[in-house]
Amino acid sequence: MANYKMHLLVCGGTGCKASQADEILTNLRQIVEDKGLENEVQVIFTGCFGFCEKGPIVKVLPDNTFYTQVTPEDAREIVEEHIIKGRKVHRLLYEDPTTKEHISDSKHMGFYMKQIRVALRNCGFIDPENIDEYIARDGYGALGKCLTELDPLKTIDIIKQSGLRGRGGGGFPTGLKWEITHKVPGEQKYVVCNADEGDPGAFMDRSILEGDPHTIIEAMAICGYAIGANKGLVYIRAEYPLAIERLKIALDQARDYGLLGKDILGTGFDFEIEIRYGAGAFVCGEETALIHSMEGMRGEPTFKPPFPSVSGYLGKPTCVNNVETFANIPVIINQGAEWFTTIGTEKSRGTKVFALAGQINNVGLIEVPMGITLREVIYEIGGGIKDGKKFKAVQTGGPSGGCLTEKHLDTPIDFDNLLAAGSMMGSGGMIVMDEDSCMIAVSKFYLEFTVEESCGKCSPCRIGNKRLYEMLDEISQGKGTMETLDKLRNLSKVIKDTSLCGLGQTSPNPVLSTIENFWDEYVEHVMEKKCCAGQCKDLMQYFIIEEKCVGCTACVRVCPVNAIAGEKKIPHTIKQDLCIKCGACVEKCKFNAIITK
Amino acid sequence: METIKLIIDNKEIEVAKGTTVLKAAREYGIEIPTLCYFSIDGMNIENKPGGCRVCVVEIEGRRNLAPACATDCEHGMIIHTHSMRVINARRTVVELILSDHPADCLVCQKAGNCELQDLAQRLGIREIPFKGEHSTYRKDTSPSIVRDVDKCVMCRRCEMMCNEVQTVGALSAINRGFPSVVAPAFEMDLEKSPCTYCGQCVTACPTGALTEVDHTGKVIRALSDPTKTVIVQTAPAVRVALGEEFGTEPGARVTGQMVAALRRLGFNAVFDTDFAADLTIMEEGTELLGRINGFLNGDKSVKLPILTSCCPGWVNFFETNFPDLLDVPSTAKSPQQMFGAVAKTYYADKIGLKREDLVMVSIMPCLAKKYECQRDEFEVNGNPDVDIVLSTRELAALIKQANIDFKNLVGEDFDTPLGESTGAAVIFGVTGGVIEAATRTAYEVFTGTTLKKVDFEELRGMEGVRSAAIDFDGKLMVKIGVAHGLSNARKLLEDVRAGKSQFHAIEVMACPGGCIGGGGQPYSHGNNFEILKRRSAGLYAEDADKKLRKSHENPYIKKLYEEFLGEPGGHKAHELLHTHYFDKSKKEIELD
Repeated sequence: MANYKMHLLVCGGTGCKASQADEILTNLRQIVEDKGLENEVQVIFTGCFGFCEKGPIVKVLPDNTFYTQVTPEDAREIVEEHIIKGRKVHRLLYEDPTTKEHISDSKHMGFYMKQIRVALRNCGFIDPENIDEYIARDGYGALGKCLTELDPLKTIDIIKQSGLRGRGGGGFPTGLKWEITHKVPGEQKYVVCNADEGDPGAFMDRSILEGDPHTIIEAMAICGYAIGANKGLVYIRAEYPLAIERLKIALDQARDYGLLGKDILGTGFDFEIEIRYGAGAFVCGEETALIHSMEGMRGEPTFKPPFPSVSGYLGKPTCVNNVETFANIPVIINQGAEWFTTIGTEKSRGTKVFALAGQINNVGLIEVPMGITLREVIYEIGGGIKDGKKFKAVQTGGPSGGCLTEKHLDTPIDFDNLLAAGSMMGSGGMIVMDEDSCMIAVSKFYLEFTVEESCGKCSPCRIGNKRLYEMLDEISQGKGTMETLDKLRNLSKVIKDTSLCGLGQTSPNPVLSTIENFWDEYVEHVMEKKCCAGQCKDLMQYFIIEEKCVGCTACVRVCPVNAIAGEKKIPHTIKQDLCIKCGACVEKCKFNAIITK
Repeated sequence: METIKLIIDNKEIEVAKGTTVLKAAREYGIEIPTLCYFSIDGMNIENKPGGCRVCVVEIEGRRNLAPACATDCEHGMIIHTHSMRVINARRTVVELILSDHPADCLVCQKAGNCELQDLAQRLGIREIPFKGEHSTYRKDTSPSIVRDVDKCVMCRRCEMMCNEVQTVGALSAINRGFPSVVAPAFEMDLEKSPCTYCGQCVTACPTGALTEVDHTGKVIRALSDPTKTVIVQTAPAVRVALGEEFGTEPGARVTGQMVAALRRLGFNAVFDTDFAADLTIMEEGTELLGRINGFLNGDKSVKLPILTSCCPGWVNFFETNFPDLLDVPSTAKSPQQMFGAVAKTYYADKIGLKREDLVMVSIMPCLAKKYECQRDEFEVNGNPDVDIVLSTRELAALIKQANIDFKNLVGEDFDTPLGESTGAAVIFGVTGGVIEAATRTAYEVFTGTTLKKVDFEELRGMEGVRSAAIDFDGKLMVKIGVAHGLSNARKLLEDVRAGKSQFHAIEVMACPGGCIGGGGQPYSHGNNFEILKRRSAGLYAEDADKKLRKSHENPYIKKLYEEFLGEPGGHKAHELLHTHYFDKSKKEIELD
């Protein structure tokens, strides 16, 4: 019988797994076994720790040592030094970028200090494939409490009191949604978990499902109890194989333990969950499109009303909540609505998970209390801008959101403030941009995504976004005029005003917010035909500074299109009509003689 | 009835609960432009995906504009249908649609009949401010229908007709985003899809994305070839719709003018498909009575009910969807094909021509007929019984091209012998008509008595599925089912498949209303229920006006049997007038 004294927690999230976490786990286990410690040291996968920038992560319990950027080869040292000799492997500890101090306990890292983990409470703590570990951390206690102590209306009341708002982007009050679905008459109702996370770069929901699948199962059962549904469906994109696998394991375990199925905990409440796979269409995150996709139809939204609460899956009352929303439910039930309201702001209670990305030092998954400022997130948690560059903008809300600037840095993050600032909370994408980012290129990036992901049903979104993209492309090529900017703005407004669903109603936001906040940059592109960030290839030219060029011919040789003329020891020149602006010459030149203008 | 009070364009109005903003506005004379919206009131056909966003209106208190077609009126709503914000949005949306539309109105088949063209004119759009890529697709020409999907505006009307009204399932939206378009699955050719060529998609398409294959050029070439003798047959439903193309009231009977116009066009003989309809009754009626007698005599091999087989869309439908029931429908060819078979044998002999020198043209309200005449089993040594089929619309176009003053033509009669028909034949063009015609003859043949009343009102009407029991003089109650629209036909067929059908005979017409609502009839851009009723009334009036109203009384039919065919259902009749069906459920699917 094992009596573990130490635990090695290896991050088993998709990101770390892509960086050889499997091999790390195998090596650790092998070495532990070789040393005969398999009954004393447990080596397991956990969910995502969040600090993806420094992954793969291995955490040692009970001393809470946080090893970063571990390789499979480091396994031996961790076991032999740390486990056996009790000496921490110094070189694998996190180094604070400012103090250069090594920090062994994650609680003391800037990345974690301001975080409050509610939805992610179990990610990185438990083995997601082991229901006992979930139960050990109060798992299924909330379901038990609801079924035995609370009636459905009281359950709904707690969620209403907590002020929890939907984490999928819209921010609709969750308790109200439950209440509406509860009140709609109907024999058959459904609970749907929206796990069709689709914002570029976002992986909040994936991480929760990978790291703590039982919390979703528990929350869905609670929702089912509250609204009067005995059937739950998880709509998850097929591109999340690990999340699907872990969810399946969790479902089987929950069934084995009698926490799903007939007569749960002997209370007479039945609840079953089925998984439905999405093919990865972004629009299927929109609840009506999601429902149609689950019904086997084309993933297209339909006009609301009727809302899914009234007529959803197969025409039955359906409550659709996002993964992160569900992840909050069991804690709220366990700790009470009042506890939850102590976190966050008055109108946005609780925390929000963000996928922090872009030109920032600490890329990763973070959970912060609502009301925290963008500055705190970017500079304290995120560790500031990479390579000491200047902050330019932060994009929140994914393709539906907007770009905020320096002047918004002290804005407290919550649903309403972000909206007022011209962006939105969205599902939790947060991309930080530095001075080298061109805002036209950023708009183009998002529009390209929207054009690709529009379902094609309504004309403004189907054609309008394409035309927006084409106009942005014109601008980035120096073909835009002031009239283009005018058209861009009018078309953006009309698309927002006339599109059928949330996708089209928000898709011009990246354009409008950058026009609003970076108007000069647009004007520069169309009037001066210049891109100050140097991102718009067509607007820049490479030049060789005669004084600096020694005539080594390195650039001549590396140029793939023979655009550089010059003989040895004579300063070279670039033939602009041939240059494809690949930048190979700049990289090759040892004398910094080649510049862009 | 609960009512809702609201304000539209400063006008206080009151409408029934559940009324959409679009309908409420129309009720009060406020015309909100639409594009994807399509409805046939009275038939429960409605398409309102809320996709085109042309009908958007401003509702006070709402952040975004709302589609009038898909928004229900609510108490106290204040709506502006033509505010500058709305007009700007509407124009921009149409400009966007036009920016992804081929500007080939000069040669487009739908020019003048195009709802998008009308809309652009109505909104005063004089240039398209958005330039950019066009979504382009290959043109797909099937035997009946051309898909020029570059012109598709994703209104989804065709999809709704194909899937909901017809349950054919050939068309649905494919791709996503900018390249989204309605097409058969995997963008396969229509010919390889389950399409029945009923043409209801064509009647609903607002633009030139779906049209019939235009055969007027072929007819002009035949008529201008002195070595050819060109004869024509005209289906019953054409005569009550053709006039609409020349400004007459819907349902006006223009039989005589049509005959005169065809003669002006140069056809050597102008005949009537009705002649073949009478012939069909002789054959199909005989088959029906044969089966009923067999059944009454305890013959277990007898298949009942018998299903009519006049409608080629319907034939395609059951060959594709009910291949296990191929022995249930009547083996009688459709009137068009019976006519062709008789024309190229009996008539060709009579006038001393080889079939190769005789060109048989049909004027049909139908697009599936274009396919039907091309079926392999309807040709002899590579020469088809019917050479060319024109739709009602194409005939109108031809008449206009020939500069014939249609409205002022003096009516003329069909030629003999293949132009003579009874009233029973003319009602083939409306749902219930074929089975009524068959009943008239079957009754008299079965009972040996003369009908007191020729009209069987119980078989008439516009309900999608109808049934009646006809008393055959106390000797037999014949139970009859009628369905029009393929979704209705499917219901009856599923009963047959399940062995639950109570009928002796079922008439099926693929198109709503029967042939009068065929895919080749003048465009009505939705809401054609009134039009259908008037065309129907036109046909029943023509029947009532006829001296002879029972097919077996047609003297030329009697003569045809005497001189040429022998007995109804006899050997020669079988050879020329009957056919067989094929399992088309497994069409060869080739994907690119």
